[in-house]
Amino acid sequence: MADWRGERKARDARIEAGRAHANGKVVPAGDAVALLEAVLKPGDRVCLEGDNQKQADCLARALSQCDPGKVHGLHMVQSGIVLPEHLDVFETGIAERLDYSYSGPQGARVAKMLYGGQIKLGAVHTYLELFARYFIDLTPHVALIAGVSADREGNLYTGPNTEDTPTIVEATHFKNGVVVAQVNEIVDKVPRVDIPGDRVDFVVEADTPFFVEPLFTRDPAAMTETQILIAMMAIKGIYAEYGVRRLNHGIGFGTAAIELLLPTYGEKLGLKGEIATHFALNPHPTLIPAIESGWVRQVHCFGSEVGMDRYIRERPDVFFTGADGSLRSNRALCQTAGLYACDMFIGATLQIDLMGHSSTVTQSRVAGFGGAPNMGSDPHGRRHPSDPWMKAGREAQIVGDPALMRGRKLVVQLVETFGDKLVPTFVEKLDAMELAKKIGLELAPVMIYADDVTHIVTEEGIANLLLCRDADDREQAIRGVAGYTEIGRGRDRAKVEELRARGIIRRPEDLGIEPLDADRSLLAARSIKDLVHWSGGLYEPPARFRNW
Amino acid sequence: MESLTFRHTTTKPLPGTKPQAITGVVASGNLEILLERVLPPDACEVAIETPVAGYGPVWEAVVADFVARAQPGGVRISINDGGARPDTVSLRLLQGARLMEA
Repeated sequence: MADWRGERKARDARIEAGRAHANGKVVPAGDAVALLEAVLKPGDRVCLEGDNQKQADCLARALSQCDPGKVHGLHMVQSGIVLPEHLDVFETGIAERLDYSYSGPQGARVAKMLYGGQIKLGAVHTYLELFARYFIDLTPHVALIAGVSADREGNLYTGPNTEDTPTIVEATHFKNGVVVAQVNEIVDKVPRVDIPGDRVDFVVEADTPFFVEPLFTRDPAAMTETQILIAMMAIKGIYAEYGVRRLNHGIGFGTAAIELLLPTYGEKLGLKGEIATHFALNPHPTLIPAIESGWVRQVHCFGSEVGMDRYIRERPDVFFTGADGSLRSNRALCQTAGLYACDMFIGATLQIDLMGHSSTVTQSRVAGFGGAPNMGSDPHGRRHPSDPWMKAGREAQIVGDPALMRGRKLVVQLVETFGDKLVPTFVEKLDAMELAKKIGLELAPVMIYADDVTHIVTEEGIANLLLCRDADDREQAIRGVAGYTEIGRGRDRAKVEELRARGIIRRPEDLGIEPLDADRSLLAARSIKDLVHWSGGLYEPPARFRNW
Repeated sequence: MESLTFRHTTTKPLPGTKPQAITGVVASGNLEILLERVLPPDACEVAIETPVAGYGPVWEAVVADFVARAQPGGVRISINDGGARPDTVSLRLLQGARLMEA
């Protein structure tokens, strides 16, 4: 007779073993290693919560201190490889296989360990793709998550950085897995219940508050005239042209400059209310002036940002907040919102090739993907029309009956032709190709595929790839905005002028923009301190951004 | 340190009468440009001191595009580069020309 409850019994046994180290559900930080050794089995699939912001760092340290004789061969399934401990476990044999999304700060070490064979890689995923697999073939046996506080029943308050937690818990708890949460404090009553206690099996009171990185803070003081010029072109040549109201911004200086130009340059162009009203976006400090001057109506967030909590609490008409007043973020839902409910993704990248494929992978780093590949892709599941989506669809030369037409998501790459240390952004061949060959990946880690990109904006102009009709149009459109890079200098000048006549390439002067007007005085805030003033003192920037 | 000099003939002198102008700063990723109205009205000379060697062809292209666009006849331009990117160089050159026209 088949046993339909084998997994359930195994979970009960794990929890039973863990109870030896707990008082009810509560485990002191000092017993975290013993707890993990009790609930983990060799070869388990484990989700160690490493998000964009919030890190289950106390549990990561505990896992890395487990006895590899007891805990080994784990299959890590987590969105972020951020902390050193996330990789230490592969050096000791505690972990063996990895499926993940993002590894920004650990990108160089990931590459080295992949090359050295210490990590058996499944794949580098986009966020939604990895979350989806949690429910199909990468369901965790054990999830190690992080929250701000919990009560003794396990009811969990995640704080403003809810991020991946609900998704991880959903996949783990409801499919016979064990959920262990680290919290900064145990309280009698949590400010709000983000995760109900019956889904949390153990609560570890962490020795130190979990680590959060200010990933989305861009100091206006560091913005250059070139970035301002590119931002002006994007606002006039794309936001206004298509009437883009619903959108997602990347995290670079280019989009931060756009945020700071809305209340100044955008206002001058009479665009208030016409563009950039609804965002899927982390609470960028540089968005404060646009919010304060009434440009932005609504923002749904993947996670929070250090220093923005008090400001968000005072702006509940704009942000999603709980009964306790603090931000409720959710990465999976915000990614979905960015994918289906936004008409535009606009962000930066490190390399673009002659077809328009882009990647943030360089020869020695596997940074993985952030939100860009999901939001920077054309969703074929979309059915609702909107003006920008329909206009982009028409430009892409839809043939046949217009009633059967698909629109197009605007996917805009905003780049300077040269990056740091004079490294060219435009290349013949992506470094990702070479790296894939070197470490034996079947697919090169491409951030945004060429067929999803609709526009490339550089300081030299805008290339509208929707209007290109063949491969030559496309290559020369890209070369035509590639500035003084080798790719740019290798252009066919006559062809580029033809593309300009067809409106495929548009220069600043074609848009009525004088490059010399791209001045820092256009920025609504020119320093972090200005942002604090705009917020009425509610924004509390982290120490490293305070220079006054 | 690499020194480069480019000489161009222009179709007209740079408008304005200002004898000299200076713009930019020698900081990392930036540059300082001195413009002096000391040459015959159809001549332009650009002398560059840069810490980054090997970018001769890029400088040549940036300077040629600037001369074609601004027609800075009569002006000698001295550049103290701090490793600026070509777009920053273009922008500073145009800013310098505008200062001279004022």
